[in-house]
Amino acid sequence: MTAPIETTGAEAETPPEAVLAGAKKAQIEGRSLSQIAWTRFKRDKLAVAGGVVVILLVLMAVLAKPIEWAFGLDPNQFHQDLIDPALLAPKGSWGGMSWAHPLGVEPQYGRDMLARIIEGSWVSLLVAGGATLLSVIIGTVLGIVAGYYGGWVDSVISRLMDTFLAFPLLLFAIAISASVQDGFFGFNGLSLRIGVLIFVIGFFSWPYIGRIVRAQTMSLSRREFVEAATSLGARGPYILFRELLPNLVAPIIVYSTLIIPTNILFEAALSFLGVGIAPPQASWGGMLSNAVDLYTADPQFMFVPGLAIFITVLAFNLLGDGLRDALDPRSK
Amino acid sequence: MKTRRVTAAVATVLAVSLGAAACGGGNDSKNNNGGGSSGAKDSALNSIVNASSKKGGTVNLEDSDVPDSLDPGNTYYGFVQNFSRLYARTLVTFKPAAGKDGLTVVPDLADSLGKASADAKTWTYHLRSGLKFDDGTPITSKDVKYAVERSNFAPEALSNGPTYFKAYLKGGDKYKGPYKDKKGLDSIETPDDQTIVFHLAKPFADFDYLATFSQTAPVPQAKDDGAKYVQHIVSSGPYKFASYEEGASASLVRNPNWDPKSDPIRKALPDKINVKFKVNPVTVDNDLLADKITADITGAGVQPQTQPKILNGKYAKQTDNSYAGATGYMALNLHVAPFDNVHCRKAVQWALDKQSVIDAMGGSPKGDVATTLLPPSVNGYTKFDSYATAGHKGDVAKAKDELKQCGKPSGFSTTLTARADRPAEVAAATAIQNSLKGAGIKVDIKQFPSGKYFSNFAGVPSYVHQHKLGMMMMAWGADWPTGYGFLDQIIDGSAIKPSGGNNLMELNDPKINKALSDAISNTDSSARTKAWGDIDKMVMDNASVVPLIYRKNLLIRPTSATNVTVTQAYLGMYDYTLLGSSK
Repeated sequence: MTAPIETTGAEAETPPEAVLAGAKKAQIEGRSLSQIAWTRFKRDKLAVAGGVVVILLVLMAVLAKPIEWAFGLDPNQFHQDLIDPALLAPKGSWGGMSWAHPLGVEPQYGRDMLARIIEGSWVSLLVAGGATLLSVIIGTVLGIVAGYYGGWVDSVISRLMDTFLAFPLLLFAIAISASVQDGFFGFNGLSLRIGVLIFVIGFFSWPYIGRIVRAQTMSLSRREFVEAATSLGARGPYILFRELLPNLVAPIIVYSTLIIPTNILFEAALSFLGVGIAPPQASWGGMLSNAVDLYTADPQFMFVPGLAIFITVLAFNLLGDGLRDALDPRSK
Repeated sequence: MKTRRVTAAVATVLAVSLGAAACGGGNDSKNNNGGGSSGAKDSALNSIVNASSKKGGTVNLEDSDVPDSLDPGNTYYGFVQNFSRLYARTLVTFKPAAGKDGLTVVPDLADSLGKASADAKTWTYHLRSGLKFDDGTPITSKDVKYAVERSNFAPEALSNGPTYFKAYLKGGDKYKGPYKDKKGLDSIETPDDQTIVFHLAKPFADFDYLATFSQTAPVPQAKDDGAKYVQHIVSSGPYKFASYEEGASASLVRNPNWDPKSDPIRKALPDKINVKFKVNPVTVDNDLLADKITADITGAGVQPQTQPKILNGKYAKQTDNSYAGATGYMALNLHVAPFDNVHCRKAVQWALDKQSVIDAMGGSPKGDVATTLLPPSVNGYTKFDSYATAGHKGDVAKAKDELKQCGKPSGFSTTLTARADRPAEVAAATAIQNSLKGAGIKVDIKQFPSGKYFSNFAGVPSYVHQHKLGMMMMAWGADWPTGYGFLDQIIDGSAIKPSGGNNLMELNDPKINKALSDAISNTDSSARTKAWGDIDKMVMDNASVVPLIYRKNLLIRPTSATNVTVTQAYLGMYDYTLLGSSK
């Protein structure tokens, strides 16, 4: 159970004493919560590794275009001479691996896999990250309000969550992508598709985080520190966002790191239905869903984007676990 | 309704096909002239493989899904049309024979082909004598009349089948069907028990092809209970139902009341025929390779996962790569700029690298490069290429020249639609997008679910105009294997509908419309056949249709299967009236 980490002070923080051994008493008191958490985080080698990988992935995504330019990679260039169309597979072993195409080429079109993985990273991370951020913001705000106020507010918000959970999401996704046309809110082409994906995935998955936040809030709001704040005259918004929210950071972060990979896969499902990213733009989800049809003919085609998603999932999970331990050591 | 059904299941629908596969000049021309048992690759295309005259054995068939219905009056599926001939004889049918012979229409219940009046509006058939249902009662022309009425005019009970009889028979638009109007339809006359006369509202020289539909198989009115009839179908053919379990299985055994003397076209060799439904599609393929079953009843070819296993190596000689009687093409809408200008349409025709499209779809096993709208296995196909380029690779210089004449020297942007749940179609669209880029034509691909493609998106002109869907992926198979059966629903001006239409180009050229109606009124079959090729040329000159692929099936022929031959008349699947088994 999450403890109120607002209660700073040496006596409440016995475990870090080992880390801080030798430090002067004055310095210990001068350290902020985040500094302590950072110190704990640094000790967790796996979490640091996960964090490094996440940073590298984000760098790859942000710098995708310059990287492609620098190495002369074109994610949309066909090389149909490198594939055997009848066998639905690239010529040669390992999906047509060669020095020119280190990760092989795609069946059907012969596009370079490495280039498409790099190009796909920014789309996939942007969609997954954006959708996660959207659902976390909506879910946290509504969850914390429902949990703290209770009563009819809670009833209304909880039923709203039920409604959203019962919503036929895929049908809605198809409908919205068919009805939203170029020029919608000034978005066009690819940016419009990405915007629609972020909206569809994020807007319909907020009840999951909403319920977690609501439950946590309900248990936290009966704690002494909340009562203390109330008796000192604090009002609703202050208690919600200054007293309760900091104590919810750990579960929120952990949950976010867990749904980022889920959202990457969701983008794959939507691509499969034709409401995801439109060809020829590469995205990991789109590559994976294409590969499903061809996995016996060309397993490599599934392996490469699958590995990319696997590494991303693992890195985010390790990072999330490490962050939780660092922010809330008692949850162990 | 009719056309939506056609398009919803275009690959599976009875897109019957004429013309032998070998005439297509495809790469499937390894004929086995011996017609013998060796079973070389593609040998069942033009010969009967494992020919046998031995009675006995059990034919086992599997289906990865279920058909719309096994009731001959309630089906639109091509393979049911083929399969139902085992238990439901029709007025006339396609000859069970190898190669091009399989496209000949021969009398079945009738003792000769239909006798037409000079204006092709009245068709008379005379039944053979000694015909009996499986309960021993004689088959009369009234049973045939009733079968046509129930199958075409009672959508409230039997909604699946095509409704061409309704469209062509006089007064067909008003008649409410035999369940509501017991009197029957006046334009089908039965002057005696052996004779049936059809009176049409307009001249229709292809009527014998309509009479091959399973809808003309007799149904005794006393035994009919509408949609439930499928549970206890009364047989008129050599086999009757021993059991039928909805969505699971069916089993056919010999019909003792079938007289071989009344049936010159069926040999009826196997003792028993079993069908299993809802089998995993990959399991069906594996069962074929392991020789556990005789055929995949759908006849649409193997799954993509199986294809690499059988193209080379020991199974290669057991494969038949048959024309499926369908053409995949791209429709350019005449009302969406810049395709209102013929030069911009021609620019696309010249720019496109069709070979790259075929390669993206899966190469030669999936089909050959198409240059005409009619596929090689339809009566009337004429080989020509109005936009010939070396190796079908496209010609950017010629495309740029057309672009200049169109007033768009630097190219233009447009939208291409495809059905999202058809991977091969999306692959083709992606290859088209890549190939047109070279001529400066920028293509944005939009995908829609296939179930709503015609009813809500590509088949709705107002939606197409509003969203500027200039190019649309399309595939089409005919309901009967002639040029008219193929072209009527996709290029005639009357096929443009507010929703659910199949004329995606919105082609409404008076000359083409007139050529179609002139040809179908012509009782001279060779003149008619020539006309289909001429009309195909007119469409290509209009340049609003970009043919991409003549589709093919990759079939597996298990070693125990006997008398195996591909019937061109039914979507390029095996002929089930011939098929036997040594097991």
